[in-house]
Amino acid sequence: MIFVTVGTQRGFDRLIAAVDTWAAKSGAEVYAQTGPTSSRFPHLQCAEFLDPVDFDRRFSEASLVVAHAGMGSVLTALEHGKPLIVMPRKVELGEHRNDHQMATAKKLQGNSAVHIAWNEAELSELLSRHESIIGQSHPAISSHAPLAFLEKLREIIDAPD
Amino acid sequence: MKRKKVMAVSSPGGHWVQLLRTSPAFWGHDVHWISTDRGLASKVPCGTFAAVRDATMGEKLGLLVMAFQIALQVIRFKPDVVITTGSAPGYFAIMCGRFFRSRTIWIDSIANAEELSLSGQNARAWADYWLTQWPELARENGPHYLGAIL
Repeated sequence: MIFVTVGTQRGFDRLIAAVDTWAAKSGAEVYAQTGPTSSRFPHLQCAEFLDPVDFDRRFSEASLVVAHAGMGSVLTALEHGKPLIVMPRKVELGEHRNDHQMATAKKLQGNSAVHIAWNEAELSELLSRHESIIGQSHPAISSHAPLAFLEKLREIIDAPD
Repeated sequence: MKRKKVMAVSSPGGHWVQLLRTSPAFWGHDVHWISTDRGLASKVPCGTFAAVRDATMGEKLGLLVMAFQIALQVIRFKPDVVITTGSAPGYFAIMCGRFFRSRTIWIDSIANAEELSLSGQNARAWADYWLTQWPELARENGPHYLGAIL
């Protein structure tokens, strides 16, 4: 199963519709957390919002995750060791308040576990190669920040008053 | 070492995932978590959890209720340290924490790779430790860079 998430705060129909179009052609089984939307995506199983327990279950079951370039989705995929395709939201299309997802996507470009789609055409191209993307396994990252950062935070927290 | 009261605060989603990734830094202390999604209560690794009203920047009444609820949490819990990864709930938490003389730590989201978020810029006024996760955004007078959650 392919799991699609665009967070819960706002819809991202451009991404979901591109996946829907691809699912119609390929017949792949796809489950999508769409966020608030009035659109219908006939070739996907959809929920606007999953509670954290259902969200974890769908995430764990997925062989591939497709997401917006939100750090929650990205970090959760990396912590689960899931192959990941991301497409950033664009402010000029009214998809977010600012273009921080474009910045996030640029920063993620060097990470071999993350495949970036800059537009719908690239997303559908990456989806057509999903079997080879799923085949490249990446170990899950630790669920905690790097030790050096944690130690510095701990010094601040533990310092006497 | 004295056991401290640590209030760990963030919005759900990406901010929350980042906050959890910092949690080993306060293991062993009494931790009280705050977010806006009740469902996250089952996801905290230790301590207690409280949910406050959700609101985004621009929803004035919602923000006011959120700020009031967070102030009550700070008054009840009396944290020694308030740590947050943003956004609105964290902003109010360090504001109230500063007022009650808690040590306040703002970790700006790793998603803000080119400039600090608006709440991150405003957090400067209340944060004893005002941190960015990108070295290129660090300045001599803050925000400072001590590392990142990834």
